[in-house]
Amino acid sequence: MKILKATRIERCIGCHVCSLSCARLVHGLLSWQVSGIRIKSSGGISTGFEATYCLACKEPICARSCPTGAISIRKAGGVRIRKDLCIRCSSCIEACPVNAITKTDHGFPVVCIHCGLCTNFCPHGCLEMIEAVSSQDVHDQGGQTGE
Amino acid sequence: MSMIKEDRQVNKGNFRIMTVDLSSGKASIEKIADQDKAVGGSGLCALLFEKAGLKDEPWNHPEQPLIFAIGPLTGYFPLMSKTVCAFKSPYHNQYTESHGGGRSALSLRFTGLDALVIKGRAKRPCLLSIGSNSLEIKDAHFLWGMDVIYSGRIIRHMVEKSHGHRSILRIGPAGENLSAMACINADTYRHFGRLGAGAVMGAKNLKAIVILGDSSLPMPQENKPYRKMWKEVFQDVHSSGMMHKYHDLGTPANLERLNNIKSLPWRNLQASYDPDAHMISGQSFATRHLLRNLACSGCPVGCIHVGFVREKFTKDSRYYYQQMAYDYEPIFALGSMLGIKEPVTILKLIEKADRLGLDAISAGVALAWATEAMEKAIITQKETLLPLSFGHGASYLEALGHLAVASNEFYRLLAQGTLKAANRYGGGEFACVLGQEMAGYATGELFFAAQSLGFRHSHLDTGAYSYEQKHAEQDLKKAVDFLLEDELPRCLLNSMVACLFSRKVYTKERLAQCLESLGYLDLAANLDKAAADIRRARWKLRFDTGFDPDEIEIPKRFFKVTSWKGPVDRKFLLELKRSYGQAIKNLVFKQANPPQGTRK
Repeated sequence: MKILKATRIERCIGCHVCSLSCARLVHGLLSWQVSGIRIKSSGGISTGFEATYCLACKEPICARSCPTGAISIRKAGGVRIRKDLCIRCSSCIEACPVNAITKTDHGFPVVCIHCGLCTNFCPHGCLEMIEAVSSQDVHDQGGQTGE
Repeated sequence: MSMIKEDRQVNKGNFRIMTVDLSSGKASIEKIADQDKAVGGSGLCALLFEKAGLKDEPWNHPEQPLIFAIGPLTGYFPLMSKTVCAFKSPYHNQYTESHGGGRSALSLRFTGLDALVIKGRAKRPCLLSIGSNSLEIKDAHFLWGMDVIYSGRIIRHMVEKSHGHRSILRIGPAGENLSAMACINADTYRHFGRLGAGAVMGAKNLKAIVILGDSSLPMPQENKPYRKMWKEVFQDVHSSGMMHKYHDLGTPANLERLNNIKSLPWRNLQASYDPDAHMISGQSFATRHLLRNLACSGCPVGCIHVGFVREKFTKDSRYYYQQMAYDYEPIFALGSMLGIKEPVTILKLIEKADRLGLDAISAGVALAWATEAMEKAIITQKETLLPLSFGHGASYLEALGHLAVASNEFYRLLAQGTLKAANRYGGGEFACVLGQEMAGYATGELFFAAQSLGFRHSHLDTGAYSYEQKHAEQDLKKAVDFLLEDELPRCLLNSMVACLFSRKVYTKERLAQCLESLGYLDLAANLDKAAADIRRARWKLRFDTGFDPDEIEIPKRFFKVTSWKGPVDRKFLLELKRSYGQAIKNLVFKQANPPQGTRK
């Protein structure tokens, strides 16, 4: 099981095709906002782009913050949000320190499900699916990954 | 963020138009039928100007509309990434269009609008911000006089919403000073460049427009056909190599090729070839000055080539750097046309024109004329304030500033068009003006006639420059037929609104399939008629606002050009112009049965 990483975001041209593809194929919308990954310039287009998406952290703060247990932790990394258990309180959105969670018009949270569909559409190969190894894991094991 | 709902997928069947009146500070939302007829983009602009434009009033009348429109495929398919801006032009006081990209098209789509119409004049300089559920007109008097780059930085702080998805359209000093060469800058590196749209904003006291693009839209009800079509188009764009030339060296790849066939204007078109063209070739820019590529939103091609200049400004190791987008046309206008062969100088001139909000093509061609006029002692430094001389960039950097702010009567006239200045001072015979300052194609008679009379006086109105590179024969009928036929598919693309770089991807059949997949069945079945109707509506507006092909004269300089076909044939050029002019008149005044589209 792999997770999404924007490993080569410095190559990004700001076309938003990743966001548009995710919204179209995963969430059934025409959108560059209701999408698991969102692209924005970091202080004007002349300074490059950053990708906002779920970093698949080891101890998801969003899951901890959910009062109804709608967010479960995926074994491979990342989270799963059960719409039927969600009360649209936005606690997860506020809790995520990297603003990875957005919401639909109806208030349902939307987060990257690490399906990797977007990687097929990035024209510059900025995105890839990699084995989930967090820096915390590396630290816990007392070594480096060699990367 | 909100989602736009209602009974529509986008605004199918009806256009959703926002009109903002800067005089009253109020806005209205209107639904207009006829989407199957006016389509969007270029067609929609014509429809809206016909309703709201004051044909007999001057371009700067407060009630003249400034229109931005997108089309039915905007955002739904790759490279459907352009916005059409329509207005009465300060250049010729007639109806025109200017097209731009950046984020503008998708941000309009995600604001839930097919078009934004701006009327009225604000009492003081202002900034307009629109979103799917917000509208603000902010005081911006402190931005007046500020350049495009710096004002963009401040605006990003003034409007903090929708970071990453908003489009910021703004003008520089040229627009504020009502220059007919003032562009509207879109998101730093793109422009609504030609025919003075920036002055229309200036006349309205409108420094900037922020389009938030902060909503989402539902998919078509029948989602599968759409997804299939999208994938098919994406594969063509991304994997087939069809777009390779645009993302490799980009448009500057043309430069050396045009020079080799004696079609690259040098030094105010005193020559069409120079042995040093390799110094400013696409390869030369890419190797030494290409920083990275960017894309308009929704386009995976990323044809925008951002160059950089790094300069030492003290004896110690202190440097600054600047970034600017380069393309073939600005390299021609601020490079070869001015006799400049150092890429760094050309990039600095492009950056300066950008900052000032000047259209790079018009400004470069106008300064080329001023240089030759100075060489011929028609004007002196009293007028130009500087010693203009081909190949000397430092003077041109300063001259751009004078042109933007109209420092004296000479620059004020020049900023209204080279021929306006030539009418006062003389030298009209070597003004490189084909309806407006020429685009960079000295390919011969057909292009000169085509730009002179083209709807936007743009090299993109038809593929004349490309046709001419393949056809040396003098076949008047065939050539005029080509111009007429080639305009039709472009009318459709400009109404969808596609980037014209995708014209080989979006054949008429492909457009019909895309429209069908979104449920526009009637439109998909009647594209020929739609194209003919749009073309006629656009030309009618031009004639209604004063266009007369017989009044346009081709300056003598163009008759002295030697291209790859040999010396320009005066008789053939005049015949082409007369015949094409008559054909255009026939489109509006004699048309009982609109011609059918002929795109293969």
